[in-house]
Amino acid sequence: MKTLVTVKRVPDPETTIRVKPDGSGIVTDNIKYVINPFDEIAIEEALRIKEKQGGGEVVLVSIGGKSVTEQLRTGLAMGADRAILVLCEQPLDSLAVAKLLTKLVEKETPELVLMGKQAIDDDSNQAGQMLAALLEWPQATFASKIDFAADQKSATVIREVDGGLETIGFALPAIITTDLRLNEPRYASLPGIMKARKKEIKEIPVADLGADITPRLTVVKMAPPPKKEAGKKVETVQALLDLLHTEAKVI
Amino acid sequence: MPELYDSCLPLTTLREEEQLFRDTVREFAETRIKPHVMEMDREGKLPRELIDDLFRLGVMGIEIPAIYGGAGANFLMAILAIEELARVDPSVAVCVDVQNTLVNNALVRWLNPEQKARFFPRLVRNAVGAYALSESASGSDAFAMQTQARLDGDSFVLNGRKMWITNGAEAELYLLFANADMTKGYKGITGFVVERDFPGFSVGKKEDTLGIRASSTCELILDDVRVPRENVVGEVGIGYKVAIETLDEGRIGIGAQMLGLAQGAFEAALAYAKERKQFGKAIAEFQAVQFQLAEMATEIEAARLMVYNTARLKESGASFVRQSAMTKYFCSQVGERVASQALEVFGGVGFTKDYPAEKFYRDAKIGKIYEGTSNIQLQTIARTFLGR
Repeated sequence: MKTLVTVKRVPDPETTIRVKPDGSGIVTDNIKYVINPFDEIAIEEALRIKEKQGGGEVVLVSIGGKSVTEQLRTGLAMGADRAILVLCEQPLDSLAVAKLLTKLVEKETPELVLMGKQAIDDDSNQAGQMLAALLEWPQATFASKIDFAADQKSATVIREVDGGLETIGFALPAIITTDLRLNEPRYASLPGIMKARKKEIKEIPVADLGADITPRLTVVKMAPPPKKEAGKKVETVQALLDLLHTEAKVI
Repeated sequence: MPELYDSCLPLTTLREEEQLFRDTVREFAETRIKPHVMEMDREGKLPRELIDDLFRLGVMGIEIPAIYGGAGANFLMAILAIEELARVDPSVAVCVDVQNTLVNNALVRWLNPEQKARFFPRLVRNAVGAYALSESASGSDAFAMQTQARLDGDSFVLNGRKMWITNGAEAELYLLFANADMTKGYKGITGFVVERDFPGFSVGKKEDTLGIRASSTCELILDDVRVPRENVVGEVGIGYKVAIETLDEGRIGIGAQMLGLAQGAFEAALAYAKERKQFGKAIAEFQAVQFQLAEMATEIEAARLMVYNTARLKESGASFVRQSAMTKYFCSQVGERVASQALEVFGGVGFTKDYPAEKFYRDAKIGKIYEGTSNIQLQTIARTFLGR
C-alpha cells in the first residue's frame, strides 16, 4: 500500500513559548523544532502498515521553508522511503494546506493519507477533514486503532469518542488522522539515520502546484495565557466554602 | 579569503546526520534511561531490556560497516553517543564505549573478512563485547600478563585470570589477550576472540565499586579454554600492538564519557541553583554561585573542544596518540572537578541520593583510573616529545 504521510515542523512541546511583545506571533529565536508529535505517530503507523503488509511505500510530505528538511530527514531516518517538500515561505491556513495536499494526492495517487489529528502549534484540527472533503474521500479522524481488510480495499478504524469507542468502516482510498494512543513512535536508529542521507527529498516550488492559497484567515493577535497567581491557604473548611462562594463564585 | 573560512568550521559544528543522531540519543537517554538511573545504580545492574534497546537504537555497532548490519558511521558518532549517554548515566555510556571504541574498533581494524562475517552480525544485533587486557598483577604494566596461550593442534589452550573487565557480566564475546610465547616477552602477546560459552571459560565475581555501579567490572577465569586458531585477532605475537593502539581511540571515548558526565552534573546544578531560594532569592542570583557555574561551563567547553578535535584528528588519519592521552587526562579532571562543584551547589541535599549530584561525583573517579591512569597518560604525552 502506498501511504502519504503529512509532516509539520513545530516548536518542541518542551520549549517555553514566548509571545512577541506586539502580539504578531511567537519569538522564534533559539527554539528547537520537531516533527508535530501526532504526525510522528502517523509516520510510525505508516511504517508498521508497510512492515505488516510486507511491502508498499511510505512517502512524507511537508510544506514550508528549507529548514523543514531537518524534520523530513528525521522521518526518513525512522524508515520512510522518500519525501516531498513544497517550498513555501508564507504562512498558510488549513484550507490552503488542504488544497496543496489535494494536488499532491492527485500526483502521487496513494491508497491512504495518514495525518496527525492536529498540529500542536496552532491546534486547528482541520486540514485532514478539509482534504477529505476536497478529494471526496472517506475520512476517519482521531484513530486509535487501524485495521485493513485482507484485500486492502477497505479499513476499520477505532476512534476514542466521549462515550467510549466508536468503530467505523470505510473504503480506500481514505484519509485517517491519528490520535495519541495509536502507537508509540520508534527512535530513528543510527543505521536508519545513515541510510536516510541517501533518500530523496524532492522540492517543489509552491507555485508549481497551481493551488489557490490566498489566506482566508488572518491572525489578529496572539497573547500569552494569564499568569497563574499563587494560591491561598485557608484554616477551615468553612473558610474554603465561603471563599468559593464569595470570591471564586463557583458554588 | 572565503575559502579559508569555508575549510575551517567550528569544531562543534555537526553535520546534519550527526546532529540528528545526537538529538536522538539525547531523547533516548532522557526518556528511556533517566527514570531508571538510581535504580540501576542501587541494584548494580544494566537491565537486559535496556541493552536490547541500545542495540535497536544502533549504538552498539556504530562503526561496523553496513554490509554486516552496522551503521557504517564515523568515530565522531560514537563519541557523540558516549557523551550524550554519560550526560544521563555514565554507566550506560561506558557499556556503549567499550563496545564501540575498544571491541568493535579493534575488530574492524584487525579481523580478516571471514572473521568479520562471523562476529560482526552478532555484535550489531545482540552480543555485548568486552575487552580483556588487565590482570591482578598486570595493570599499567600491561605486558607483564601471566595468562598463557599454548598451541595445541588447530587451537590454542588458554589458562589464567583477567581482572577489572568492563561489561564482563553482560558480554558474549571477549577480545582477550594472552601470551602465546612467554620466552618472547611482550612479543608473544596475542589477541583472541573468546566466546562466553567456550568450555573452561567463566565469569567470576563482579566488583563492588564506588561509581558506575550499574556497569559490570568482573574477573574472568580461563581454565584450559580451547580457542580455535581462526579466532586469533590479527596475527600471533602482535597482540601488544592491537591492545595499545586500540586504547588510543578508547581514551577519546573515556574523555567523551567524562565530558558528558560534567555536562550532566552542570545542568543539574544550574537547574537547582535557579530553583533553590536562600536569603529571599534564588541562589543563582548570588555572584559566588554564578562564578562557580561559569567556571564549570568554561571547563566543559574546553573539554568538549578537546574531545571533538581529537576525534576529528583520528578521523582525518593523522597521528593522535598525544592528543588522546591529553584528552583523557584533562577530561577526567574536568569530570571530577565539575561533579564536585555541582554537588557543592546543591549543598546538603547534594550529599544525598535524592539528587543526581552524588552519583556523578562517584562516577567521575574512574575516569582517572581506567584505560590508563592519569600517570600513564602523562607518561604517554611526555614520550611523544621526549622519546623513551
